Amino acid sequence: MDVFLLQLFNGLSISSILLLVALGLAITFGLMKVINMAHGELIMIGAYSTYLTQNLFNDLMPESLFNWYFVLAIPVSFGIAFVIGLILEMSLIRFLYGRPLDSLLATWGVGLVLQQLARSIFGAPNVAVKSPTWLDGGLKIMDGTLLPYKRLFIIALVIACLVAMYFYIYRSHEGRRMRAVMQNRDMAACLGVSTRRVDAMTFAIGSGIAGIAGCALTLLGPIGPSLGTYYIVDAFMVVVLGGVGKLVGTVLGATGIGMFNTLFEYWTNASLGKVLVFVCIVAFLQWRPMGLVAMRSRSLD
Amino acid sequence: MRLQKLTPQRIWILAGYAATAAALFSAPLFISDFRLNLLAKFLAFAIVALGLDLIWGYTGILSLGHGIFFGLGAYAMAMYLKLEASGGKPPDFMGWSGLKELPLFWKPFEYFGFAVAMGIIIPALLALVLGYFTFRNRIRGVYFTILTQALVIITTTLLIGQQAFTGGTNGVTGYSTILGFSLGSPDTKRVLYWITAAALIAIFAGCRIVIGSRFGKVLRAIRDGENRVRFIGYNPAVYQMVIFTLSAAIAGIAGMLFVLHVGIISPSMLGIVPSIEMVLWVAIGGRGTLIGAVLGAILMNWAKSEFSTAYPEGWLFFMGALFVVVVVFMPKGVAGLAGQLKFRRKRREPDHEGVRNPAV
Repeated sequence: MDVFLLQLFNGLSISSILLLVALGLAITFGLMKVINMAHGELIMIGAYSTYLTQNLFNDLMPESLFNWYFVLAIPVSFGIAFVIGLILEMSLIRFLYGRPLDSLLATWGVGLVLQQLARSIFGAPNVAVKSPTWLDGGLKIMDGTLLPYKRLFIIALVIACLVAMYFYIYRSHEGRRMRAVMQNRDMAACLGVSTRRVDAMTFAIGSGIAGIAGCALTLLGPIGPSLGTYYIVDAFMVVVLGGVGKLVGTVLGATGIGMFNTLFEYWTNASLGKVLVFVCIVAFLQWRPMGLVAMRSRSLD
Repeated sequence: MRLQKLTPQRIWILAGYAATAAALFSAPLFISDFRLNLLAKFLAFAIVALGLDLIWGYTGILSLGHGIFFGLGAYAMAMYLKLEASGGKPPDFMGWSGLKELPLFWKPFEYFGFAVAMGIIIPALLALVLGYFTFRNRIRGVYFTILTQALVIITTTLLIGQQAFTGGTNGVTGYSTILGFSLGSPDTKRVLYWITAAALIAIFAGCRIVIGSRFGKVLRAIRDGENRVRFIGYNPAVYQMVIFTLSAAIAGIAGMLFVLHVGIISPSMLGIVPSIEMVLWVAIGGRGTLIGAVLGAILMNWAKSEFSTAYPEGWLFFMGALFVVVVVFMPKGVAGLAGQLKFRRKRREPDHEGVRNPAV
């Protein structure tokens, strides 16, 4: 029983991380059909922002306040990644609309440069971020079953992000414009929505969420310049499986992949588990080629 | 278009090809053994680039999984070489992992013919299976690209994870002979170089024929407007499957030749980064022109071997920037640039672009 519970929790924890990484991706891909391979590097930027915040607190703030650096690190990571995303969109991405495969290659090049930049600034070895003491330990639900606070915190963070995104997309004016552009770009433009601004804003928000994901990842281990590359392909699989255009698809996709990954890895081993998950995804796409939740549309392409 | 009568321009082009082929075959006379080995490696890469160009440049399908097809071919050859080196006994790395017996699927790789056949068939089969399950359902564009990338990830984790059977992270290395000839001797290397050059020219010619045929025309039509092709009555999925399989087989051949020249194959040589680098070669050389793909592969690898050791950091910056510049400013690569400047004949560029980016 407790093994089952633990696996369930592990699965949930992996799903939450995947979801956080894939959330920004799903938005940019769903809206602009731009494949942002630099998303992993934006995660890395978020992680290093947290590292910098920690160092600043270490140097400037009194000892007693150190534990609260993480509270500040989340908005800081979001902000820095947001700005970089905005710059990226204005300078490069907007020339690539309508050419998804080219956007993939160009952003991969950007990712390469950013990675190398991080390596030049922070050095190639991984750096450790000391997580605040109030996240040490865990919640004991029964003998031998401990749920670490860090993982619980990440799950809570993901839920908070989801709720915020939900309100932004479905309950705000900007969100309404965003959905309009997503559903029918030309029509939205005719009705006076500035698609350029919506695109830039959306891309920046997607990047900002990547920054938060990076911030969360610092809780799980040391960070390095190639941090993002471990997650990026899995995150794309979430988007492919979940379908684009709806938040719920991404949530289901991430939960599905996270849970099955844990399950298969428990049954077999780490490498075979990944193969099985991939086979399942391809098999699933036979049944629903557009993913779990697809937007209905009459357009052909 | 390609199979026209001999116009003066066509004669010049043919003469150019003949001169290049002659230069390739006589290269061992001019350059040192070390350089020759490098060149041989680049030619093997050029073969993958040809395969990649067939599906990306001509059919519009971007595969980020060609490192895997390349790698599977390489592993097939490596298994044969390893078994020949160990005299049919289980190779050294199996002993380290506690494996006493030679696994059943390794046994037939003792035979050269079988290994070569598998080096082509396994990648082709994998591509066919993936292609069947994706193209049939009209999973295409970026979705397909992401799936190929996932294929790369799982194959490399599988290769690393199953250390007893595959050599793990270290890969398979430590060969001695091929068909009884020592791999280290300059004579063997020269012969292997000629074989590689011949393979490149043969595959180039083969691709030329494919592209010039009716089949090739349908491929280009699929690239420019898949749905229109479907409405005319073709089934694009079949064409896509065939060309993807062919392309994977070409990559497998390249992988086999690569192992012969380099003497090692490991998961890091077929992972995400090498796979996407292959795409970069084609992008820089010029997608949609065969000669561009070949030149791109050779030039990029030459530049890499010259600069990456001297300026490892600068090289990565350069490569990243190159990706961006090529994609944004010269989508047709160097060959396209040359074409725009030189042959200002009846090129259909503007019209062509218009079809490629429909207003949706």
